[in-house]
Amino acid sequence: MAVIDVNEKNFEQEVLKSDKVVLADFNADWCGPCQMLKPIVHEIADERADVKVVSINIDDEEDLAEKYEVFSIPCVVAFKNGEEVARSVGFKPKAELLKLIGD
Amino acid sequence: MYDIIIIGAGPAGLTSAIYAKRASKSVLVLEAKAYGGQIINTPDIENYPVAAHISGFEFATKVYEQAQALGAEFVFEKAVDIRDLGDIKEVVTESNVYQAKAVIIATGSENRKLGVEREDELVGRGISYCATCDGAFYRKKSVAVVGGGNTALEDALYLADIAEKVYIIHRRDEFRGEDATVKSLKERENVEFVLNSQVVKLNADKRLESIEVLNKDGSTRVIEVKGLFVAVGRIPENQNFGKVVNLDQSGYIVAGEDCTTNAKGIFVAGDNRVKNVRQLVTATADGAVAVSEAVKYINNL
Ligand SMILES: Cc1cc2nc3c(=O)[nH]c(=O)nc-3n(C[C@H](O)[C@H](O)[C@H](O)COP(=O)(O)OP(=O)(O)OC[C@H]3O[C@@H](n4cnc5c(N)ncnc54)[C@H](O)[C@@H]3O)c2cc1C
Repeated sequence: MAVIDVNEKNFEQEVLKSDKVVLADFNADWCGPCQMLKPIVHEIADERADVKVVSINIDDEEDLAEKYEVFSIPCVVAFKNGEEVARSVGFKPKAELLKLIGD
Repeated sequence: MYDIIIIGAGPAGLTSAIYAKRASKSVLVLEAKAYGGQIINTPDIENYPVAAHISGFEFATKVYEQAQALGAEFVFEKAVDIRDLGDIKEVVTESNVYQAKAVIIATGSENRKLGVEREDELVGRGISYCATCDGAFYRKKSVAVVGGGNTALEDALYLADIAEKVYIIHRRDEFRGEDATVKSLKERENVEFVLNSQVVKLNADKRLESIEVLNKDGSTRVIEVKGLFVAVGRIPENQNFGKVVNLDQSGYIVAGEDCTTNAKGIFVAGDNRVKNVRQLVTATADGAVAVSEAVKYINNL
């Protein structure tokens, strides 16, 4: 599945109400490590039908970043049934990201 | 067996890979995290010849692609040991062992930590090592910078434009960094100097709420800050190699401008070597020099 761009408006529907586990990638265009993480996040989205992967641009979505207390990017937050279950900050290899969803 | 194994895919390691491939050697590059090294954190490089403005990510990607196009192999594993068996060197990673005739250690450096309890856990939740990366998240909030060098002072100045209040915490009463920057900071109304002091405690529930600072005179003070920017220097990532090559007191690999170490066939390139200027140009230059020495060594085996 493709990575879905999420904003304030569709956050509840796509993330909080998702019946799949969600990996939310908070990122920005000016952030180098975010660009390096992007292909990995896309790979997970392509390979894992059981996971929904979303991307949130923190420059456009300041309120979401603030609400979820994102203070450094890249920041990948795993949500299950609308609740945060794990997060990782900084560039991480794929295996580390998969650990967030319990693999 | 490879001709050359390069440990680290930062600017020094990637440039080594380019030179080694152009010298028709087989090359394996081992990288613990992501290609590019420290420089990927910089939004703008302004002092590298030819590129007046380029982001660190773009710089790193271009060099990586150049090395790849020439046929260098990349494996994303962390090197944990080198075994020097004479004419053969073995590089041990967390999951494999690789052999080569020569090794170039290009592992650079990483941020020095404060060494305060809960520091690791609060990274990204108030603790940061990069003001230009994370400063934007502290708009109109109170933050502190720890350190006394130029990085700390420049970080404080950068943050003073963004944050509501900036405390600069330094364990002495004088700064190692430039006087002009100290002067600019003193002119800022929202900057407060907390001198002769060290951060001894981080108070946080889920995220940083305040820090406890201990003054030389024995008094303590709790300062409410949402962010603590740690700028107390960098440390070379040579911990795993101290058994095979000589390190100086600060942990840098001892080698002159020819990048040769005390161990025959093991070379060093980049920020993890004893040197005065740690920049992209010097890191990439080391790559060229280390390879030329490595090739000479291999051809004489
Ligand atoms: C914020 C910032 C801004 C900067 N701006 C500039 C600038 O504008 N101009 C300039 O010239 N310089 C700048 N520099 C300095 C420049 O980035 C460094 O001098 C340069 O990156 C050093 O390159 P290197 O290859 O020696 O080390 P590094 O860049 O540190 O790369 C080392 C690589 O080795 C890897 N590694 C470490 N240990 C292992 C291991 N055991 N196994 C496998 N891999 C390992 C690391 O993950 C890393 O990728 C800046 C540095 C920082 C932090």
